[in-house]
Amino acid sequence: MDKNITRHESLITFFIKSTGYSAIVFVGMIFIFLLLEGLPAIQKVNLATLFSSRWYPIEDYFGLLPLIGGSLIITLGAILIAVPFGIGSAVYLSEIAPRWVRDLMKPFIEILGGLPSVVLGFLGMLILSPFLRKLLELPTGLTALTGSILLGGIAIPTVVSVAEDALDAVPKSFRDASLAIGATEWQTIWRVTLPAARSGVLTAIMLGVGRAIGETMTVMMVTGNAPILPKGINDLFSPVRTMTATIAAEMGEVASGSVHYHVLFLIGIVLFLISLIVNITASAVVFRQKKRQERILS
Amino acid sequence: MKSSSHLRYKQQQFGFSLLTIMTFLTIIPIAGVVIYILVLGTPAISWEFIFGFPRGGMREGGIWPAIVGTFYLTLGTAAFAVPIGIGAAIYLSEYAPDNKATRLIRIAIINLAGIPSVVYGLFGLGLFVLFLQFGTSILAGSLTLSIMTLPVIISTTEEALKSVPQAFRTVSISVGATKWQTIRKIILPQALPGILTGVILGLERAAGETAPILFTVAAFFLPRLPSSPLDATMALPYHLFVISTQVPGMPIKIQYGTALVLLVFVLSMNIIATTIRSRARARRQW
Repeated sequence: MDKNITRHESLITFFIKSTGYSAIVFVGMIFIFLLLEGLPAIQKVNLATLFSSRWYPIEDYFGLLPLIGGSLIITLGAILIAVPFGIGSAVYLSEIAPRWVRDLMKPFIEILGGLPSVVLGFLGMLILSPFLRKLLELPTGLTALTGSILLGGIAIPTVVSVAEDALDAVPKSFRDASLAIGATEWQTIWRVTLPAARSGVLTAIMLGVGRAIGETMTVMMVTGNAPILPKGINDLFSPVRTMTATIAAEMGEVASGSVHYHVLFLIGIVLFLISLIVNITASAVVFRQKKRQERILS
Repeated sequence: MKSSSHLRYKQQQFGFSLLTIMTFLTIIPIAGVVIYILVLGTPAISWEFIFGFPRGGMREGGIWPAIVGTFYLTLGTAAFAVPIGIGAAIYLSEYAPDNKATRLIRIAIINLAGIPSVVYGLFGLGLFVLFLQFGTSILAGSLTLSIMTLPVIISTTEEALKSVPQAFRTVSISVGATKWQTIRKIILPQALPGILTGVILGLERAAGETAPILFTVAAFFLPRLPSSPLDATMALPYHLFVISTQVPGMPIKIQYGTALVLLVFVLSMNIIATTIRSRARARRQW
């Protein structure tokens, strides 16, 4: 009987241990498959073409710059919205709002995090884009700006929840000390609490960037999908096309194994690497902060 | 002196009102979106719309195949993601030593959470649809979605396991239980509400996603119910995308109706999850 228990136990322990490493296996597999399908693109298309500013796959123009530029300008716009509103809401919820307001509002922000992106894209097409077209007198409402506003909304829940956790983790004694020497609550927030939560707030922004740059359906539905290289801030008001939208829109129509197919996987590699850099930077900030806290506390 | 403190008070008042307004500007559109879809979608809802099959180039009839498809996909995702996710969380919370390998696992989980959904779609296409030859099928889509869901399930489950006090483990081991018996009989039951919350929130994300199923499952128009895991299927999020961008002359009512059904599907999962969590918190004995 004892033997049975031991065998049972070691089997289960084995299962648990192997699932423990599953995350590493999956990240590795994703990267390997992207490389396998994406790298042939570099052999088949010369680099000058890839770094050109013309994307027109039917005639073998595979310039990635307009797509990368499109992703960047939309993400930049989204961050300009998500950072002030996200951090502002986090500060309000964590430092200012009475408890009942906080308990009432947090579920709303969680709901925003759970709204399917296709629903936001749908409303963006039907409401936001015609509204912006009339308001700004543009030829079309399907612009980078429309995408930025919606992506800002999508990134906000991430920014709010991570930043709020960071603010929450600042010891109460910090605030008490500041208030005791005569600072107002407002001064305490800006000069004590926020600086103390700096690294968590930075992580929040990084994760928001990651969320925005990877979003697909919403941008595909509202940005007009014109692969034109944005050259300045004015291009916020014209249609653009992102890397994610290009993959989503074109992968369904290409023959597997064609040059176009491999180039789309190459874009996938670019996106994968961007998210890798963003997330490793974000987590490195957290790790460093933890170490510093341990040092201070010991 | 008096005027400076007055000024500082004014400054604080101004700052507080500004942040309050910003927070409300964030919250109001969210409530607006939900209410708007509720109001415009409700007139489309009927017995035929929910349980009927699409007809007339999807411009008439119902969306039953898409609802069933999304339901199957969510179940399929759960079948893969729940055992692996809970297993991984048990490992991290109860077994993992504090070393480099464990840190690598954590970084991998953070990265899985950050990979764009459309890249999951590419991966699913490359591995499950083409390499393993599952074809565009519920199986391929569920596997793709389950890998995407894993980080949510792992991190919330781990948090739930870690919130069970250490004393519970010590007592159980000291009366002679093995490690696995302790986990199964003591820790898992205590952490169950937290685990359920995490699982449902993960599945909620899977149910609402479009990009990962674009090339792995989704059928543009397939007016029958899938009969095996190797069948393609319609799915609610993809169906909403199709009827709002790809079909000209689509009645707006059907679009809002579909958006409403998707929203109710996803939000009811969200509400169930948060209810379980807040109930468990209120009842917690330690």
